Amino acid sequence: MVDVTMSEATAADRARVLRGFIASDKLFHNLTRGSALLVLIILFGVMVSLFLGAIPALRAFGFNFFTTQSWNPVTEKFGALAPIYGTIVTSVVAMGIAVPVGIGVAIFLTELCPRVLSRPIGIAIELLAGIPSIIYGIWGLFVFAPFLQQTLQPALIELFGPIPVLNALFAGPPYGIGMLTASLILAIMVLPFITSITRDVFETTPAVLKESAYALGATTWEVVWNVVLPYTRAGVLGGVMLGLGRALGETMAVTFVIGNAHKINPSLLAPGTTISATIANEFTEAVGDLYTSALIALGLILFFITFTVLAIARYLLSRIEQHPGL
Amino acid sequence: MEITVNITTLALRAGFALIGASLASSALAADISGAGATFPYPIYAKWADVYKKETDIGLNYQSIGSGGGIKQIKQKTVTFGASDMPLTSKELDDAGLIQFPTVIGGAVPAINLDGIKPGDIKLDGKTLADIFLGKIVKWNDVAIQKLNPETKLPAQAIMVVHRSDGSGTTFLFTDYLSKVSPDWKSKVGANTAVEWPVGIGAKGNEGVANNVMQTKGSIGYVEYAYAKQNKLLIVDLINKDSKSVAPSAESFQAAAANADWAKAEGFYVILTNEAGANSWPIAGATFILMHKQPQDPAAAAEALKFFDWAYRKGGKMAEDLDYVPMPANVVTLIRKTWSDSIKGADGKPVFASTM
Repeated sequence: MVDVTMSEATAADRARVLRGFIASDKLFHNLTRGSALLVLIILFGVMVSLFLGAIPALRAFGFNFFTTQSWNPVTEKFGALAPIYGTIVTSVVAMGIAVPVGIGVAIFLTELCPRVLSRPIGIAIELLAGIPSIIYGIWGLFVFAPFLQQTLQPALIELFGPIPVLNALFAGPPYGIGMLTASLILAIMVLPFITSITRDVFETTPAVLKESAYALGATTWEVVWNVVLPYTRAGVLGGVMLGLGRALGETMAVTFVIGNAHKINPSLLAPGTTISATIANEFTEAVGDLYTSALIALGLILFFITFTVLAIARYLLSRIEQHPGL
Repeated sequence: MEITVNITTLALRAGFALIGASLASSALAADISGAGATFPYPIYAKWADVYKKETDIGLNYQSIGSGGGIKQIKQKTVTFGASDMPLTSKELDDAGLIQFPTVIGGAVPAINLDGIKPGDIKLDGKTLADIFLGKIVKWNDVAIQKLNPETKLPAQAIMVVHRSDGSGTTFLFTDYLSKVSPDWKSKVGANTAVEWPVGIGAKGNEGVANNVMQTKGSIGYVEYAYAKQNKLLIVDLINKDSKSVAPSAESFQAAAANADWAKAEGFYVILTNEAGANSWPIAGATFILMHKQPQDPAAAAEALKFFDWAYRKGGKMAEDLDYVPMPANVVTLIRKTWSDSIKGADGKPVFASTM
């Protein structure tokens, strides 16, 4: 009898405690779900407000907004082609420099570097990532641009002068600042992202795989190219995409050294502009609804470009994961 | 060495900007808040500093640019806005604003050419416009050489530097070019930001000054004080009366002397290409914008008190920084506008000058 009441009481207790657990679990579940949903809501909100803000410009200029390069605040005629071109070209050139160098540094650090050196070099590269972009901008303007104007740029102009196509790509005069300078600064800025991520993923390569390859007589180069890189390419691609994302959106450093000219010039030495630099330069002073709207439309385009880049990266990653042999 | 100095001044300016920003977030109720033009920022900062010592009331001025100043005063986030480009009387009426000029300054073309000393080189409006249109690309172009027969000009490429952000300095400069060059007027026009045919854009007066300092063969335009502080090589200009003038407080004053302020509605006066043998052709007043019926009449009264004090005591300080104070008769007109136009909810003027 007593036993029964006891167990009934324990059962009731247990039920109550369990209910408490269920309630707190539910609360926790909803809190985390709410946080996750909040991210989606913010993303969606940003997209909607960008779109609403861009409507007047898109309505006024239609598809021409994407295909013309005239950017005239006086007559209120705006075309986004020059900033789109500048954004893509500077990022592509920057990646063209930073990816081989970044992966090269990572290979050196993981495969070739003596242990004593690999830590300090690794930390130094990570510190590069911690430098605020305004510092890169100031350094670029005061130190790097005059240096390029006196050394690299005249050399490039002279070297490629007699070669068709390339002489248009490196046509003078050497201003010091311009698309190439912006690309070089961007390359330095994205380098640590690419290096630190690729180094980390290279280290995940099982030693047994590498040692087997070495045992078969493979050179270091063959091990890196045929074992390490194939094993880690998803991670390497992730690092590259992260770097590209930063290069596309970078504002301050680029604004300082790109020359801010709304013109598409085939020469990499000529001044140009990017989407984010244009917005940073002109938003505070944009008087008139159409001007402001055109700048917001630029923001929408940048949003779209980065979104597409990320989507492509995801797609490539999922393909690699599904078919590891490819 | 020069670079180090530049970085220090830049760092200092950045520091001031930071202080300004932190003040903005923790503004005391007693502080006067304003935002806008960068062109008069040095003198407003100087006045504010002295005024604070005298009255313990600070000024929180964010030099975010004229366009930003106009936006902020329209949104009523500040007590006064500041703009280098005057609004037309229709724009003022639509927004319920009044405007008044505070000081006069000038924009100057500055160059970087080896072997050229100040006063060695002069340009007329048309040649200056052709340079900025990209029609003249070498320093030894016939048009420039003809104006400077004594000077030996190098066969160097001209690099044009202009503002990348919208700016009242750009407005003065392009307004002048529009007046002297029909070509400029039809192709580019005048505004705080324009579609530049050639050249590189730099942010702020400092940005243009630094780019000019660093690049051989460059030409840019900056507010006079910046050119002087940075010891840039200033070009003399040939004015409307075909006289060659150098920029100075006197030549800005000469340009202002010919303007008819009394007849200008809402003090809408632009001092470019003014007549007079000594007139500097690219001068302009900078303006303050305030609401006719301020949301916070007490704050508006404090702001007017500050400007009233500045007209009385700030003239010397303005001259020290190469701005030209407003002539006394214009100040009288301004005080009259205050008492006639800026009123509280009770219909009484929010501030009456004791003078």
